[in-house]
Amino acid sequence: MIQALAFYLFAGVVIASAVMVIMSRNPVHSVLWLILAFFNAAGLMVLVGAEFIAMLLVIVYVGAVAVLFLFVVMMLDIDFAAMRAGFIKNFPLGIAIALVLLAELGLGIGAYGAGGVELGSADGAAAASATTSNIEAIGALLYGRYILLFEIAGIILLVAMIGAIVLTFQAPPPGSRAQQDIGKQISRRPEEATQMKNPEVGKGVEL
Amino acid sequence: MTIGIEHYLVVGAILFVLGVLGIFLNRKNVIVILMAVELILLAVNINLVAFSAFKGDLVGQVFAMMVLTVAAAEAAIGLAILVIYFRGRGTIAVDDVNRMKG
Repeated sequence: MIQALAFYLFAGVVIASAVMVIMSRNPVHSVLWLILAFFNAAGLMVLVGAEFIAMLLVIVYVGAVAVLFLFVVMMLDIDFAAMRAGFIKNFPLGIAIALVLLAELGLGIGAYGAGGVELGSADGAAAASATTSNIEAIGALLYGRYILLFEIAGIILLVAMIGAIVLTFQAPPPGSRAQQDIGKQISRRPEEATQMKNPEVGKGVEL
Repeated sequence: MTIGIEHYLVVGAILFVLGVLGIFLNRKNVIVILMAVELILLAVNINLVAFSAFKGDLVGQVFAMMVLTVAAAEAAIGLAILVIYFRGRGTIAVDDVNRMKG
């Protein structure tokens, strides 16, 4: 009973906040609704026992992606009122396509509920076991059979990081104070960088 | 009353449709389009995790992690492109992105 209650709570809040994400007038509000949606999706995943993915969702999405969105939305000085000009114009087409999609997905789920296609199961190595915890089982799988997938994920993140830096980096103009001269920095010695002074009492230091 | 896999699939389907609808409704605002894409990927993740949990096969959760990685990378690159586009044009309206006449 309590599970059903929790499920409907999480599912209801996820869907309501997803509606608010796409309907909200202010993108900052959209980001905040997105954070709420991700939190509740994490709750949904905890309900089925996938704690690791749930925590990953909170850390990666709420901690990184949502904050990234928030920074960009607040950094860019955009007239958001003008942005919504096409909202009404696109509404009928969008609703029509959404309804078609929803009908198709509903059909698929209905067909699945009526019996579903019998799939061959993976070998026993991947089966969730009651004795080990979720994160332990995922770790065994991730660092064993799916190690390549794990490393590819790392490469993808590295490419994304380097790409984002290369795209947004602006080199300062040559000769400006922000320009870094590494050779000059390294060849700097304490003797030429500091001076010892012994000022008398009541007198200042002349530089 | 028990919660079955169908409940999860319905939530995933509704989230997916809302993401697609968001792309159509906010045709001009790239930031909201990116957020709608995140919603779509979240729906995919919910489906993967639901099947993984109800079928007792953990591989689904490994793939959900992969989807999460790709979603994070996509958001970072998308927002970086958005920032340099805004720097050059002073706007992020998608309608104006026709320099390449594609």
